Amino acid sequence: MATAAHQVTPEEASAHPPAESVVVRFAGDSGDGMQLTGGQFTLSTALAGNDLATFPDFPAEIRAPQGTLFGVSAFQINFGSTEIDTAGDEPDVLVAMNPAALKTNLASLKQGGLIIADEGEFNDRNLAKAKYDANPLEDDSLARWQLMKLNISQLTLDAVKPFGLGNKEALRCKNMWTLGLALWMFDRDRAPLIDWLKAKFAKAPTLAEANIAALNAGHAYGETAELAGPMKQHHVPAAPAEPGLYRTITGAESISLGLVAGAQLAELPMFFGGYPITPASAILHHLSRLKEFGVTTFQAEDEIAAIASAIGASYAGQLGVTSSSGPGVALKGEAIGLAIMTELPLVIVNSQRGGPSTGLPTKTEQSDLYQAVYGRNGDAPMPVIAARSAADCFEVAIEAVRIATQYMTPVMLLTDGYIANAAEPWKVPDTSALEPFPVTFLDEAPAGGFLPYARDEKGARPWVKPGTPGLLHRIGGIEKAAGTGNIDYSPSNHQLMTNARRDKVAGIRVPDQTVEVGETSGKLAVVGWGSTFGPIHQAVRRARRKGLDVSHIHLRHIWPLPANLGPLLKSYERILVPEMNTGQLKTVLRDQFLVDARPLNKVSGQPFRIAEIEAAIEQALG
Amino acid sequence: MNEMTTIAKSSPKDWETDQEVRWCPGCGDYAILKAVQRTLPELGARPENTVFVSGIGCSSRFPYYMETYGFHTIHGRAPAIATGVKLANPGLDVWIITGDGDALSIGGNHTMHLIRRNLDCQILLFNNEIYGLTKGQYSPTSRVGTQSPSTPFGSVDRPANPCAFALGSGARFVGRGIDVHKNLPTVLKAAHAHKGTGFVEIFQNCIVYNDDVFAPFTAKPNAAANQLWVEHGKPLLFENGTKGLAMDADRLVLKVVDVADGDWQAAGVIVHDQTNRGLAHMLVEMPSGAFPVALGVIFDDPAPTFESAVVAQNERASEGKNANLQKLLSKGQTWMVEKEPRAE
Repeated sequence: MATAAHQVTPEEASAHPPAESVVVRFAGDSGDGMQLTGGQFTLSTALAGNDLATFPDFPAEIRAPQGTLFGVSAFQINFGSTEIDTAGDEPDVLVAMNPAALKTNLASLKQGGLIIADEGEFNDRNLAKAKYDANPLEDDSLARWQLMKLNISQLTLDAVKPFGLGNKEALRCKNMWTLGLALWMFDRDRAPLIDWLKAKFAKAPTLAEANIAALNAGHAYGETAELAGPMKQHHVPAAPAEPGLYRTITGAESISLGLVAGAQLAELPMFFGGYPITPASAILHHLSRLKEFGVTTFQAEDEIAAIASAIGASYAGQLGVTSSSGPGVALKGEAIGLAIMTELPLVIVNSQRGGPSTGLPTKTEQSDLYQAVYGRNGDAPMPVIAARSAADCFEVAIEAVRIATQYMTPVMLLTDGYIANAAEPWKVPDTSALEPFPVTFLDEAPAGGFLPYARDEKGARPWVKPGTPGLLHRIGGIEKAAGTGNIDYSPSNHQLMTNARRDKVAGIRVPDQTVEVGETSGKLAVVGWGSTFGPIHQAVRRARRKGLDVSHIHLRHIWPLPANLGPLLKSYERILVPEMNTGQLKTVLRDQFLVDARPLNKVSGQPFRIAEIEAAIEQALG
Repeated sequence: MNEMTTIAKSSPKDWETDQEVRWCPGCGDYAILKAVQRTLPELGARPENTVFVSGIGCSSRFPYYMETYGFHTIHGRAPAIATGVKLANPGLDVWIITGDGDALSIGGNHTMHLIRRNLDCQILLFNNEIYGLTKGQYSPTSRVGTQSPSTPFGSVDRPANPCAFALGSGARFVGRGIDVHKNLPTVLKAAHAHKGTGFVEIFQNCIVYNDDVFAPFTAKPNAAANQLWVEHGKPLLFENGTKGLAMDADRLVLKVVDVADGDWQAAGVIVHDQTNRGLAHMLVEMPSGAFPVALGVIFDDPAPTFESAVVAQNERASEGKNANLQKLLSKGQTWMVEKEPRAE
């Protein structure tokens, strides 16, 4: 981690970023290709063996007007030779491709950090668009940082001149020039990038050559600049990691693969009904390419049809899955109730984003916990589980499929925009070690006769595929008579069935809660869920290094909660619940266990910084 | 999965459940239920292979009374649920039961997309021009001026025409029937025989909230003059063959002509062509009063079905590929870590 506090001293001005870990932020116009640059830099970082975490931060507009403050797209990466859990609090290096990118990203840059700015874009027009009265590269306003200004635009144009591209096309190579410089700065191998460019532009070899030339020119520039200016090459050694095969993975990829694995373990074909919505669409995109795994994807006419078709497929004997983000999940609410009432398996993935309403489509938040646990008409209990990181999504998706099929229930899987887009290294699991949980369809009437709403020892009803002779039956959203499933509004039956649905979900076996860091009792427990894992984990470790009595508990199972969680929480004097909402898990914990859980909330659309949680820990213990 | 077994032809009784039918006495739904139960044995259908999917409303109770697989879903969403059922198991025979409010108000979007995709199923729209189950509010097919609890001074919005909606959505089969009419099974059979979405509008009398709304053409004394049962290859005649439909070539619209002595050719009466989409549009949009109501199989021109295209693409995309999960997980740019972990 980039933990060393910077002092603004003359020595500091020429110091390297910390050798242990570095935070780099690429920022530019949304048309500058910053996400692509960041993604490729991430790959080269992973190939160099560093641990890493990323934070893509982009506007909701596809092509916001050029040069504007709201059109800035940024990609932050934290990489190092030790365990990395967050994208980093403060960048050590900021690459600013225009004045707007500098203005919107400067505040978070570490004191003494390095700014690499494309001075070619700092013209009057762009300065005015970024609302700068004077050129910050020319006055003293950046004195707290190291500044490296170079005309990336012109250097790129020079580098690609031999290829005869138009001015606009030539300038598109700027991001590769910048990437080349970054690769030099961190002593990275260019070969994989060159291979990637050749493959990407296979049909336009001139563009491939131009981009490679820009990449090489940026790299060569670094070597020359090192001799002359503040720029230095850094080598960040590989992070310790368990031996094995690794790849980088985003949350959306990991969820998709986990669902495919879950379906295989359940021995079911998968039907995925989806409707385009940010940031959930990536799951639909991934799964639509995996047809050979028995996956049917269906882009429905709306969110309701997406879940309704998945329920129809589950009824017909496949694993129905749907995915969306908060506003779409709101539309699915009635159909979720139908799946609860008809007791059919279903996985609903919610990639949470800032709300309410359309809210912040591209920014992260975890404010749909109430919606997941409580957000339906009637007493409608549904299991809810949450992923903590991109890599964790794989296991959580399998767990969701297991619960859905074993208990005949819809399951809500919560992830968020941060997890969905962020990449991290992932040790490829050994699939032979995954425990299968094959589904058994009822295919003939049991002794004593067939009852569609009979219950097994887990409280689950039988799953019967239409097409099975002798087991004809009708299901629906109207209250069912226990056993027969016929329409039954009688008071005693509704009480009985409501209790049965509640008890089935409450009785789902979830593993006992463990403590991530620290002790099973003490002064303070920091309790989190979802993507706040990284900053909480690091903050608790730092606080413990200072000798503070604090432990980290991180929930995967939100509903039902682990059976031992109540007693565990009560073994601490204080409980702090950091969440990217206004205190939703805090409310659930208070309600379920009558404990004095205290909230720490942030809803800025940005993940927690480690320092923010660290400060709250110190205050809680102060 | 559904093995073919030779079974004795079923009887209508075999398709009845033990559930008490709960429609109002005299409701047109009873007649439709009987017509369906009479039709299925003639199709050689097998109960275990048949699925009735419905939405919400009086008509949507239908599946509970059919000895088949059945799914009574939520308001307006039956087409979407049915799409999932059929994609998951294209071998099933799927029937959607819906009403005017269910299919054209809350579920209008799904009805449109079901039809445009051409999922192989039958959709029976019971049109009674009223919300029955919620006690009589006007519906999207109610005529202007319909007085109801929610429109005490009469409705002001113009009604939707279900068959025109279906044709506009790209329907490849459009049929019409009347709840109590003997021809209804014929229309149902044709819809079933059609590969693709078979859209059938059934004029259904709501005895409680909209009694006799269709009487101007369904009541016995009015039937001959106001019902035109179309048949492929037969002239478009009504009123016992004394009237027919001809083309007003100047205005490109239909006109009613008198037929003397059965000589319909001389009167220029059109021969029905069920594959003529333009004619179908004109037939379903004939203004009431001046024209008869077109009934029967109005349009039937099959096209490839949605589920067959999905299955074909799934197969094509899977061809020669091995569903190896371990390989899938290991895709992309990977690297090996071979050393033992260092102490931190």
